[in-house]
Amino acid sequence: MTRQVLLIEDEANIAEAIRFVLTRDGWSVTTHADGADALDRIRVLRPDVLVLDVMLPGRSGFEILTDLRADPDLAALPVLVLTARGQDRERDAALAAGATRFLPKPFGNADLVATVRSLDPGAADPERA
Amino acid sequence: MARSALTGTRIRERRLAIRRPQADVARAAGISAAYLNLIEHNRRRVGADLLARIAQALGVSARALDEDSESGIVIALREAAAALPPVAPAEGDIAPEADRIEEFVNRFPGWAARLADRQSRIGALERRVEALSERLTHDPFLSSALHEVLSVVTSIRSTAAILAEGGDIPAPMQARFHQNVHDDSLRLSAVAGDLARYLDRAEEDAPLPVLPMDEATAWMARQGWHLAALEGPGAVRPEDLVAASGLRGPARDLALGYARQAASDAALMPLEAFVALAREEAQDPGRIAARMDLPVAAVMRRLATLPEGAGLVPLGLAVCDGAGVLVFRKPLPGFPLPRLGGTCPLWPLYEALTDPGRPIRRSVEIAAREPRRYLADAYCALRHPMGASGPQLAHAYMLFRASPAGPGPVIAAGLACRICPRDACPARREPSVLGATTARNGAAAG
Repeated sequence: MTRQVLLIEDEANIAEAIRFVLTRDGWSVTTHADGADALDRIRVLRPDVLVLDVMLPGRSGFEILTDLRADPDLAALPVLVLTARGQDRERDAALAAGATRFLPKPFGNADLVATVRSLDPGAADPERA
Repeated sequence: MARSALTGTRIRERRLAIRRPQADVARAAGISAAYLNLIEHNRRRVGADLLARIAQALGVSARALDEDSESGIVIALREAAAALPPVAPAEGDIAPEADRIEEFVNRFPGWAARLADRQSRIGALERRVEALSERLTHDPFLSSALHEVLSVVTSIRSTAAILAEGGDIPAPMQARFHQNVHDDSLRLSAVAGDLARYLDRAEEDAPLPVLPMDEATAWMARQGWHLAALEGPGAVRPEDLVAASGLRGPARDLALGYARQAASDAALMPLEAFVALAREEAQDPGRIAARMDLPVAAVMRRLATLPEGAGLVPLGLAVCDGAGVLVFRKPLPGFPLPRLGGTCPLWPLYEALTDPGRPIRRSVEIAAREPRRYLADAYCALRHPMGASGPQLAHAYMLFRASPAGPGPVIAAGLACRICPRDACPARREPSVLGATTARNGAAAG
């Protein structure tokens, strides 16, 4: 069964590129652009990996992550947070909020794919997992 | 007499340091050697013109020989010593001899003035760095622009990599990625242009000093502390006066606050009649307020911002809020009001904070090589801008003047603990960089 990534990112062009590279890697990618109802979307979709931007309309990625970690049903979900390069505060805040990994923007596609793969040991080859 | 004594001593020390005979210097200055001898031994006062001629003969600036300026230099050097990190010196390092600053100033007035000037410059630059750092961290435009740049670059990098790697990309998707890169490059150009314009403007907008209160205070000082344009027939609006000031941002807001207050005070206390009353009452704010039936705080503000001259004694004014932070500073020679850090808690300004509504008059001696006495009137006014359900706000005022023979007991105070020599002061909150000092500096009766 194909593993699922939910990408919460409001920048349409970034979302499109990420969706392309992860899809090409075998993932099923769903994108969502709004922070306000992101948690509902996560609960409904139950992805294997969540890729979460920080600056989102409605609610920030940190707020979403904090609530997610407080929810017993979602607390174990691997989360990759996309932070701003050079912004140590963002990285620290991401880890404090419960990020499994973080990736500073701008990132290389290979790094993104490798990091998403690393978040789910069963997804080394997502289509075989 | 104090000024003459200090100046004379300094003239003699300088002359001996450069090994010039008294007669030579006297001739160059256009006076007799005997008269110069009297000056050097502190038995004749030195006028400004003569001081300038003697200074020229000695190859130094008149400022370097003048006691008033020395006071500022000593204070600046003490601040320089205080600014050093509070760590034990490494082996071989020699700590600055903070207890010998005055001797240093006397012996090397030129170097001392240069050092004091450097210290002032360093302080200004440090504040500028802080302000720029603050701006980089919290400026909403920069933060938003940085986010925009990172987003666009992320998009371009990912999309361009997809296109560069080639492989099996459906034609419509490929066209779409090309379009995305194009759109993102336009966005990047726009945000880069905005950033460049913003940074250009920021450079123009950030002359020294950078603290808004410093800028607003400097503007008031340039006006001679009296905003004449706001008074009498043909008075301009505070907004128009400040609009022409060249100030921007928070400094402009502060200056506008000062100007509005000044206009309001001027309307309550018309200049000519107020000056006459001030003379009659020896600039006593409590008595003037009682005679005019006006708030003491308003009278203090008006007294401190009258035009120079008019037979009135120069007055300084410090105003602090309920947290003790100075929100207005009009200094006097020998009584500067520190720009940063805590001031002396013994100032009557802070006594007034503890006793709102009661006028306080105290004699204060500010510690220095030659301690100076001031007469200080202090008063704390309370405000309730949100009515009974809101907070109570306090502003304390301290109006002060040089007064060698002030009345009553004298409060032995200073400017700030770090540069104050009064070792045994009960109000001391931190050690002085001056170390143990002689009793003469703390000799005033408390």
